[in-house]
Amino acid sequence: MSSSALLSALALLPALSWAGEYRLTVDEVTIDTGDFRKQGIGYNGASPGPVLRFREGEDVTIHVTNNLDEPTSVHWHGLILPYQMDGVPGLSYPGIAPGETFTYRFPITQSGTYWFHSHSGFQEPDGAYGAIIIEPNGREPFRYDREYVVQLTDKHPHSGDRIMRNLKTSADYYNRQQQTVGDFWRDTREQGLAATLKDRLMWGDMRMMSSDIEDVQGFTGLINGKGPEQNWTGLFKPGERVRLRLINSSAMTYFDVRLPGLKMTVVQADGNNVQPVTVDELRIGVAETYDVIVQPKEDRAYTVFAESMGRSGFARGTLAPREGMLGEIPELRPAPLLTMADMGMAHAGMDHGSMSHGDMADMDDSGINHDDMAGMDHGSMSQGRAAELPADPFYAEGSGLVPQAYNDGRFLSYADLRAQKPLYEERKPTREIELRLTGNMERYTWSINGIKESDAEPIRLQYGERVRFKFVNETMMTHPMHLHGMWSILDVGAGQWNPVKHVISVAPGTTVYMETEVDAPGKWAFHCHLSYHAAAGMFRTVIVEGGPEGGDS
Amino acid sequence: MKRLMTALLLSASASAGAEEMRHSMHHGFFYGLQADALEYRYGDSGEELGYWSTEAWWGTDELKALWLSEAEYDFDHDSWETLDNRLALQTPVSDFLDLRGGLRFDTPDGENRHYVFVGLSGLLPYWLEMDSNLYLSEHGDLSLDLALEYELLLTNRLHLTPELEFDAALSDDEAVGVGRGLRGMEAGLRLSYDLLDRAVVPYLGVHYERAFGRSADFAVQDGEDRDGWFAIAGVRLMF
Repeated sequence: MSSSALLSALALLPALSWAGEYRLTVDEVTIDTGDFRKQGIGYNGASPGPVLRFREGEDVTIHVTNNLDEPTSVHWHGLILPYQMDGVPGLSYPGIAPGETFTYRFPITQSGTYWFHSHSGFQEPDGAYGAIIIEPNGREPFRYDREYVVQLTDKHPHSGDRIMRNLKTSADYYNRQQQTVGDFWRDTREQGLAATLKDRLMWGDMRMMSSDIEDVQGFTGLINGKGPEQNWTGLFKPGERVRLRLINSSAMTYFDVRLPGLKMTVVQADGNNVQPVTVDELRIGVAETYDVIVQPKEDRAYTVFAESMGRSGFARGTLAPREGMLGEIPELRPAPLLTMADMGMAHAGMDHGSMSHGDMADMDDSGINHDDMAGMDHGSMSQGRAAELPADPFYAEGSGLVPQAYNDGRFLSYADLRAQKPLYEERKPTREIELRLTGNMERYTWSINGIKESDAEPIRLQYGERVRFKFVNETMMTHPMHLHGMWSILDVGAGQWNPVKHVISVAPGTTVYMETEVDAPGKWAFHCHLSYHAAAGMFRTVIVEGGPEGGDS
Repeated sequence: MKRLMTALLLSASASAGAEEMRHSMHHGFFYGLQADALEYRYGDSGEELGYWSTEAWWGTDELKALWLSEAEYDFDHDSWETLDNRLALQTPVSDFLDLRGGLRFDTPDGENRHYVFVGLSGLLPYWLEMDSNLYLSEHGDLSLDLALEYELLLTNRLHLTPELEFDAALSDDEAVGVGRGLRGMEAGLRLSYDLLDRAVVPYLGVHYERAFGRSADFAVQDGEDRDGWFAIAGVRLMF
């Protein structure tokens, strides 16, 4: 670590002791994205809040003072702690009333990159978030010379409450990428009238939109609170290894992150070490973190470019040898479209003869899957270039969302992730719980197994069991599922080397498994981390019964 | 109706109780204020009209209370040609359709009428917006209507919206100019531009109305035309 980084670490730590005391105030702040200014919520007078730096093994005491005129809460995202300290009003505690100070006390039992945010109303989309860095006790299995937090968010000019109300009134309120008459003529030229008409009739019959990838467009992508024009900059000396702690604190937006000209070596996912994998680009789901190491060797500026998955916006920053240097800003790539595969209809037996192989090749050359029928047409698919790309098992076969690296290089897949060291002994799960991710896009209702949280019974787990969760995504959206308090072991088919995460992203039309060692008594939240999906009801209370502290019930 | 109202109140109080129990990330109640049309109409025989169609709602995903208002004001005669206010409850009956029921108060200049009504509204396949209702007047007369609308996206902000509405009656109600059978149709075409999000949407368009059968005869007796073309300019609002 460089001396300046060490100094800043020292400045943030009240003392290099094993029992640190920290103070956060929750404040009304003004947020300036460069594109617009708005009132929001922040910590210690700013949004994002401070970077909290803890040490593994430390007993932290954090005093949180609520200076708002409404209740608030702070959730330590990804941290393993007693449930009373987890910061979910109604589950962990009543929340923090206006003017009051709540003192969190818990031991730090892990290391890595995490974040914190409000779990009350839409305070998090309104700006109430910050980063957490936990220094490990021992040495890390990788080297770096300096490090930066790269905290992404999707700052919208509208307040969270207003966004939710607009979505409830008109679910496509913010979708400005809908198929138009112009797209119809273009597709007719490229694919013929019959295929285009058939495509539109199929989507129309379902009353769904192939462009329905980002519910909330119109945001400005921020890196560490700075908009593309404000250009957050991290300095390096050519040849140094720079650790970027990528955190996606967005309300709704997945980002495809790259630094053109640099390879990224992924060393941590959701705070846990993974076997290093070197990629050109990665997709970071909402609430996930990835730690990557880059090694810029030239004496020039490198752009940190994060395009939203639906290509409706981007965040941009710069790594540079000196202040004020600018890298090239790439063009946004064309917006993807969902396919019938994303609708879970890949095997629905649609017409396999409707498209010539030539059409498929044309589409594949464009680098995106314009054609909504590609997913259904497996016969043709195998003739196209898409078949030559390694399939990503975490997307439906023929999905329009399968990412491709900007330089046709390697794009990180969940399937690439392997734990560096198994956290738990491998054992058979005691039972499986199926969670169908459900919703009605037109009504903007979101639920699990067709039931909203407000109408649902809690999921009851027994302390000591190992539960296998089966996520079946029956919607057209991608859902980042977040279980509080216990680790989510993502099944990538690697047995004891399966990566340990706190957010599992489930793409449309797919089934994904995770296993959880039920080792934390109490009441926990389990929800989609898209703010407006969670608030609409894609949320469950998990009650862990039994255990050393007797649990809650 | 009374039962429906009781159901709403019960549900509201039950949900309010549940609200306190729930963790604060959850939101149960929402409201919306919309003016689908707030427009000026200039007729082919020189008449000038003001027209609005508005909706206010409050409630949950499962049950909403609505206030719907539609009015036509004749500037030449300073009179309300139409003044139709409805209070209704609405609940989903399928993924895309809602069932509505409530009271309709027709209070234009001239004879007034009160109705109970029940209707279906929502989205049909191929993005057709539908609204269809059955009305029973205080005199026992039955009537019904069907409205269809489609929004064609010329661009993501410039929309062309054709609309078609049919009205029919199962019995005569001469005092309010209603003749048995298909009594009228309206067709509209609006070219709109999303000026400020979807909150402020100005438009231009044409509107055509035609009365049929005995309803048309009643109209002629009253010195009105059987049909008429209008040029329209207005704004759609959503808050």
